[in-house]
Amino acid sequence: MGVLSESILDVNGMKLHIIPTEKYKTNTIVFKMKAPLDKENVTKRALLPHVLQSNSKKFPTTSLLRSYLDELYGATFHVDLGKKGEYHVISFSMEVANEKFLSDSTPLLEKAFGFLAEVLTNPNIEGRTFNQTTMDNEKRSLKQRIQSVYDDKMKYSNFRLIQEMCKEEPYALYVHGQLEDVDSITSEILYEYYQQALAEDELDLFVVGDVKSEEVERLAANLFDFKKRTPKLIDRKGDLNTSDVKEIKEAQDVKQGKLNIGFRTNVYYGDEDYYALQLFNGIFGGFSHSKLFINVREKASLAYYVASRLESHKGLMLVMSGIDNKNYDQAVSIIKEQMKAMNAGEFTEEEINQTKAVIKNQLLETIDNARGMVEILYHNVVSNENISLDHWIAKMDQVTKDEIIKVAGKIELDTIYFLTEGAEQ
Amino acid sequence: MEKIEFNQLQEKLFHEKLDNGLEVYILPKNGFNKTYATFTTKYGSIDNHFIPLGKEEYLKVPDGIAHFLEHKLFEKEDGDVFQQFSKQGASANAFTSFTRTAYLFSSTSDVELNLETLMDFVQEPYFSEKTVEKEKGIIGQEITMYDDNPDWRLYYGIIQNMYRNHPVRIDIAGTVESISHITKDLLYECYGTFYHPSNMLLFVVGPVDPVKIMTQIKANQSKKHYDSVPEIKRRFEAEPDEVAEKKQVLKMNVQTSKCLVGVKAESNEQSGAEMLKHELTLNMMLEVLFGKSSENYHELYSAGLIDDSFSFDYSQEKGFGFAMVGGDTNDPDRLAEDLEKMLLLAKEGNVFTTENLERTKRKKIGTFLRAINSPEYIANQFTRYAFNDMNLFDVVPTLESITVDELKAAAAKFIAQERITVCQVVPKK
Repeated sequence: MGVLSESILDVNGMKLHIIPTEKYKTNTIVFKMKAPLDKENVTKRALLPHVLQSNSKKFPTTSLLRSYLDELYGATFHVDLGKKGEYHVISFSMEVANEKFLSDSTPLLEKAFGFLAEVLTNPNIEGRTFNQTTMDNEKRSLKQRIQSVYDDKMKYSNFRLIQEMCKEEPYALYVHGQLEDVDSITSEILYEYYQQALAEDELDLFVVGDVKSEEVERLAANLFDFKKRTPKLIDRKGDLNTSDVKEIKEAQDVKQGKLNIGFRTNVYYGDEDYYALQLFNGIFGGFSHSKLFINVREKASLAYYVASRLESHKGLMLVMSGIDNKNYDQAVSIIKEQMKAMNAGEFTEEEINQTKAVIKNQLLETIDNARGMVEILYHNVVSNENISLDHWIAKMDQVTKDEIIKVAGKIELDTIYFLTEGAEQ
Repeated sequence: MEKIEFNQLQEKLFHEKLDNGLEVYILPKNGFNKTYATFTTKYGSIDNHFIPLGKEEYLKVPDGIAHFLEHKLFEKEDGDVFQQFSKQGASANAFTSFTRTAYLFSSTSDVELNLETLMDFVQEPYFSEKTVEKEKGIIGQEITMYDDNPDWRLYYGIIQNMYRNHPVRIDIAGTVESISHITKDLLYECYGTFYHPSNMLLFVVGPVDPVKIMTQIKANQSKKHYDSVPEIKRRFEAEPDEVAEKKQVLKMNVQTSKCLVGVKAESNEQSGAEMLKHELTLNMMLEVLFGKSSENYHELYSAGLIDDSFSFDYSQEKGFGFAMVGGDTNDPDRLAEDLEKMLLLAKEGNVFTTENLERTKRKKIGTFLRAINSPEYIANQFTRYAFNDMNLFDVVPTLESITVDELKAAAAKFIAQERITVCQVVPKK
């Protein structure tokens, strides 16, 4: 058996992933809905899960719905939205106590499944529309959620970099949708979209915990009945590449400047050189032993945080740092120098081995957490691959220095974005 | 080595107090890949006025020095400890709170080697003038990062409203000005006073053999010499019960306003079982009052005054304690007014019923089970509890013991008009 194994079954229009493990005191259920990102639907998709999670036919108010969850020993239930490459993913997650650790032995998993099915498939509708009060409340909350990105400057500058860098691509869309579209979504429109999403989205249900596969399969088959579908896939290789480096400076009333730099890696999850890219990122900026941390923070004393990370399904590497406004030129030039050093192969076997050890450690730690497991397994769904974690680690372990230099050659600087102190334009 | 069993939770905890005074706890967690270890001193940002080891007179040190020391401990004459950990496949970190400084690593291999590194780097300081100066630039950027963060400013703003004298009102990282006064000698003075093993606790959780780990820790500690030391003398000025400021409005570069209502606890010296019960009762009170299943939440949400950023919390340490409720809002004044009304109404007690108490108990018990899936939570919280003479594993039985009358009594005592305060962040324009 590998470090992480799942069994995958086709059940009534969705894929059921079961990951049995005894290490938790709770069981985790995650339902994911995936569709290509597009301007037309992004705001509806951002609103939908929040409307669904507010109430249902059986629990017509949030108070009743939340009281029921409290009764189930504080089962947690929340929704979130993510971008995975050019896909928009809605997740509904539940975590419920395993009754074997309680003095009361009511079977909680079955109740949690029943609850999730209720919220997803028995919404609080009136005819062919969602309850109007719920719509009004959730539209107001969504507007606030969209606006709040402006108030967290670290998030804001990352959002702006992506917006500028991917201008012509769906990936530029904000995960919570577009402010100007919220008002035009009526109950009818959202209900129609709800039916469309349940009929067309790629659906995955993950169950992690001390569970019996037959029982989970039975529950899923009895409670969910979605139509068979062929998920819509996008051609991820169609990404744009520009030859000119864009440089954008935006002035705001901020004390610290936020520097965000975007690179195109031209490498995607599942590609042969993806593992070399992981090492590249680790040596360059992923960790506290990386070149960026050593040179920007430890040597030049310019920043508290400086790091790079990969967006594996979109082929991006993003660098972020918080610096004093006057140090922009110095910081950019150090980062560019480190990039050059990587291209020239100025890193040692020791750095490679250190990075391999740390990446492996990070992966094994991630799967100590049930949600972490689900996120790792979901990479295969997004990329339509079937790479086991053991295989992933073995491939990463075999990467050579030459392969890292080769992958470095594919990485292109695209956009430099700087949020700096000054009067707003 | 003592073995403590928690049957309902199916956990076994191993404990020993070493000759040099260090408290060691080991919790084996089979099935997990990672081992997580924390080495924590009972020394945080509030410990800024004390008698240094071997001296007679009280000394007041610059704001932010405990946090500064935490940063500097990672640097050694021959390089950076982060490097060493990552060569050993581990990830290391540290944090400073009001009352603790913790150093930690997690790793899925070479656990013993990493544990040795953890103990040695924390117990072998190396501070030089040059590296202290360099760190001022890095921490300066950490401070300005928080200056731009409205949630952080709101959180400190409300604490500053509550406390007139107590050092909890000081930002943990200090200010760019205050850290400019830090020198290597001051760092050594703080280190010598607060990093004696008898002021520290080591917690290891993961797929480990407790006997082997304890043997290793004892061997490591017995190689190092420590004289026994007198009890640390800290000084805190008297703090009035009422809040220092009733209201503060911070104008910032934001689009959405924020509002927090705080309640300052009456000064108390609680510890142990009494503190645990008090803390859990007040957390339960807030859950009944403002949880997502509560009437109040429903009312505020329907009125358009809150969104999903709404939250609440009660925290307490020896000498201070406070509750906070609030979040993003379109109408910070009305939210403040409504929250204050709701609190004062709760003081009368009618809102607490057997039904909502039992439901909230279940919720809290489930929340605890979920939390102890996390090795990080166990190590960090166990340490915090132990430093206050409480036991993390008493949480469930204590929750179960809380009655409606106790809830009513706690609310009646805790909530008082003169201890309520408001802090808001509003757009500049």
